Amino acid sequence: MSVKNQQHTQRSKEFSFDGFIGFVDRILIGQLKMLASIARMVIGKAAPALTRPITTTSSVLSSHIFVHRDTPQNNPDIPFDFSGENLKRVDAILAMFPEEHKKAAIIPLLDLAQRQHGWLPISAMHKVAEIVDSPRMRVYEVATFYTMFNRQPMGKHHIQVCTTTPCMLCGAEGVREHIKTKLGIKVGETTPDKMFTLSEVECLGACVNAPMIQVDDDFYEDLSLKDVDEILDAFKAGKRPKPGPRNGRTCSEPLTGLTSLTEEPKGPGFGLQAGL
Amino acid sequence: MIRPRGRMLNTVCSVAHHHFNPSSSLVLPTTTTRSLSLGQPLLQAAKQPPAVVPDNRVELFIDDKRVLCEPGTTVLQAAAMVGVEIPRFCYHDRLSIAGNCRMCLVEVEKSVKPVASCAMPVMKGMRVKTNSVATRKAREGVMEFLLMNHPLDCPICDQAGECDLQDQSMMFGNDRSRFTDIKFEGKRAVEDKNIGPLVKTIMTRCIHCTRCIRFASEVAGVDDLGTTGRGGDMQVGTYVEKLFASELSGNVIDLCPVGALTSKPYAFTARPWEIRKCETVDVMDALGSNIVVNTRGGEVMRVLPRPNEDVNEEWISDKTRFAYDGLKRQRLTLPMLKNAQGVLEPVDWEAALTGIAAKVSRVEGREIAALVGGLCDVESLVVLKDLLNRLGCETLCTEEAFPMNAAGTDVRSNYLLNTKITGVEEADLVILIGTNIRFEAPVLNARIRKAYLHNNLRVAVVGKKTDLHYEYDHVGDTIQALEQLANGEHKLSKDLAKAKKPMIIVGSSSLQDADGAAILANAIVLADKLKSGSSSGSSDHDWKVLNVLHRHAGQVGALDVGYTPGAGKIKELKPRVLYMLGADAGVVTRKDLAADAFVIYQGHHGDAGAEIADAVLPGAAYTEKSATYVNTEGRAQRANVAVTPPGMAREDWKILRALSEFIPGASLPYEKLEDVRHRMADIAPHLLRYGAVEEANYFKQSHALVHGSKRPSHSGRALAPPQTVLEDFYMTDSISRASRTMAKCIQAARHHKTTKYSVS
Repeated sequence: MSVKNQQHTQRSKEFSFDGFIGFVDRILIGQLKMLASIARMVIGKAAPALTRPITTTSSVLSSHIFVHRDTPQNNPDIPFDFSGENLKRVDAILAMFPEEHKKAAIIPLLDLAQRQHGWLPISAMHKVAEIVDSPRMRVYEVATFYTMFNRQPMGKHHIQVCTTTPCMLCGAEGVREHIKTKLGIKVGETTPDKMFTLSEVECLGACVNAPMIQVDDDFYEDLSLKDVDEILDAFKAGKRPKPGPRNGRTCSEPLTGLTSLTEEPKGPGFGLQAGL
Repeated sequence: MIRPRGRMLNTVCSVAHHHFNPSSSLVLPTTTTRSLSLGQPLLQAAKQPPAVVPDNRVELFIDDKRVLCEPGTTVLQAAAMVGVEIPRFCYHDRLSIAGNCRMCLVEVEKSVKPVASCAMPVMKGMRVKTNSVATRKAREGVMEFLLMNHPLDCPICDQAGECDLQDQSMMFGNDRSRFTDIKFEGKRAVEDKNIGPLVKTIMTRCIHCTRCIRFASEVAGVDDLGTTGRGGDMQVGTYVEKLFASELSGNVIDLCPVGALTSKPYAFTARPWEIRKCETVDVMDALGSNIVVNTRGGEVMRVLPRPNEDVNEEWISDKTRFAYDGLKRQRLTLPMLKNAQGVLEPVDWEAALTGIAAKVSRVEGREIAALVGGLCDVESLVVLKDLLNRLGCETLCTEEAFPMNAAGTDVRSNYLLNTKITGVEEADLVILIGTNIRFEAPVLNARIRKAYLHNNLRVAVVGKKTDLHYEYDHVGDTIQALEQLANGEHKLSKDLAKAKKPMIIVGSSSLQDADGAAILANAIVLADKLKSGSSSGSSDHDWKVLNVLHRHAGQVGALDVGYTPGAGKIKELKPRVLYMLGADAGVVTRKDLAADAFVIYQGHHGDAGAEIADAVLPGAAYTEKSATYVNTEGRAQRANVAVTPPGMAREDWKILRALSEFIPGASLPYEKLEDVRHRMADIAPHLLRYGAVEEANYFKQSHALVHGSKRPSHSGRALAPPQTVLEDFYMTDSISRASRTMAKCIQAARHHKTTKYSVS
């Protein structure tokens, strides 16, 4: 039996099933029929676990909606065009693909549009469709498939809190709550000053430096709540704090110093057969 | 059992590899015998001309049944070849392979995982088990996942009773569910999309097979459907709210394996098990699409396509599918005669026929004329012609015109789609002249698109530029451009002349006015040019080049039995009695007739024809009579009785037969329908060879006649087909004009143009 199961049995013993039945009995003696039915319900719940496997409904997996609705901020009447220097980038991106595979440029172009505009309005999708000469639907499909395309207005800075297992174990939920209270917004919302948008994301691949947040393109790792405050304050002040770990590490090496590969690297030819 | 088979496989495999791998001593004995047996045909081949093409077919075993198939065949298709049906949702013969529903999983020996048979190409020696424990378990698992996200609303679902998911869950699913919604949150729910007045969407029922998406993009050529989102949030839709603006949109209803896409007009009206099915043909365009009319209690409930590879594959246009509600509106149900005040008044049949007979007998035969519309069946056309001929009348015209200079309609090949509909798939060039084929024959256009996609078909258009859903070379707008092309002076001439199997399709809509003669003559010259150019290079001398695409289902039949195209003769004659048989195009007005002319209208709808009539005889629509129609290829097809005509309406040939009884000396000898058909066979035997195309091949003579005379002059006008945008498509005849659904379609199409998302 695994440790987890043992703990579980232990806990159910502490719960004292017998004592609970005794309590129910007393109520029954009181001949309160209504309560009795409640008691039966309680007994039903306290009964041993169901033997049949249970599948639960999956709740909605994303905070986004996958249909477009015209809003004052996002509708096809608002024109979108790439800026002059981005148009050069558009040409550079298109040059990467053969003419008949122009559609491969959809993702880089959408990304470029998002970087220019801060988020991806429907007009930008239409512009991209026009550039790659593809039906608009094919661009919508791409833009809705990838979670990094933000189809709703965003704040100036996008804070992404990783709450996947390693980060969660290292306190990512605390980080998330801290940001929520500090900024006064919920996950998925933008601050009234349009400075920050907060989202909760799955693993960003910095598990060794958990917990971490990503602000715009940069990772801020090994966070304490104080670090979070500093980072957000700096952004509020218009500065860009140095990305990376905040606990003195430079990278993902052990915090207490190296435990291996501590000696000088061997020179060339090390370990080769003498004959070679 | 297995061993000898295994050895046989070894031999098959070793033949291919042996020459490159002589060291494999294991297979040596078998190869020796093999090379011996091979030796003999090789020796023979030395004496004889080149022998058999090497058989590169792949051998595999489906449920221990041996199958030989071409490389590239999928396991699912191979299984179908030996009659093993593998369940599927996303796979469809006429669409590209998606492989995303996983219902067709099968066990393949030596494969670690079950294999999606619809997407798996066959491999040598494959052993597929379609009914093993592993296969059944895999299917059951897939089915369980599908049902977990599928609502249990079969009792209120229109698809129930003809639902693939229902049927396959009965066949291959588990008999109980492990799904327990302990949080009481409900199942996955997806918001419904509004994609127009024809297709109703209940997206929660969608199982993401993507058939509709593939149909829209591949067959219909409208890339408006797609998947948005990912994983559990994925949904099929248009992302933005927009109309599914296609003239073939209704086909996604048939394609949808579940109840996610159903028919809006048919919603909640009938159940498949209450319905009677009548196999018949369609008359909304000249293709004669094969359809099944579904009826209940003498009412047409819906129209579905019937597969016919030679005509409509398994698609039908939205007009064919949805105009049926026009059969219940604006119908003529009682015979009527104008009374003394000049108002049409219902009378009984006897009074009506007596009244008409009195008027008809009063005038001489040559003062009578007949005008027939586009929906007339051959039976009634023959009986009408016989009746009026007996009275001495020779002015029998169709509303639809056709140029009569040179050979005119005397040569049958002049007015048929000679290459046949299937010819499009062989052709390498199609030149469309003065036709918006997308609206005049949507299903044929889908076939052109198919050939364009898969067969490298090149399309050139003479006429107004419209969106045909494929790319084409635009030769020019005007008749001059056509003339240049026919004379070989156009800049595209050289290029187009290279075609080995060219097709010219002339739209009958462009032949309606005085310029029609010039257009047809130029088309004939061009056809002859292309033909002589192509036959020098190819061996196919039977390839026909000239095609005429008609717009009306009855037109070819009328021309076949000898009607004169166009109402010109009537306008010259100014007849005193005009018999209109379903003539609703408004070609002839009161001004074209004698002042005291008596107009008889026989037909099924109160439309333009009945408006000017002095006597109205209620006839039967195409779903109400056993009748023959000849499609634009010259293919005779039979329509059957799905429902009885409403009220006092009767089959058209019977009305004419009855009328003949009232006119002295005109009584017709037909007692039964068979007698009429016998008479039809006398006139043209092909009219009774149902399903077959009677070929016509008098191109040389026709060309000689055109060449002999001076090519007709023309006004040089632009070739602009009458139907250019989607809203023009829906109402073209008396039935579709009476249809509310078609009216809604027009409204939706008009609205669509004003929205921000009308571009796809």
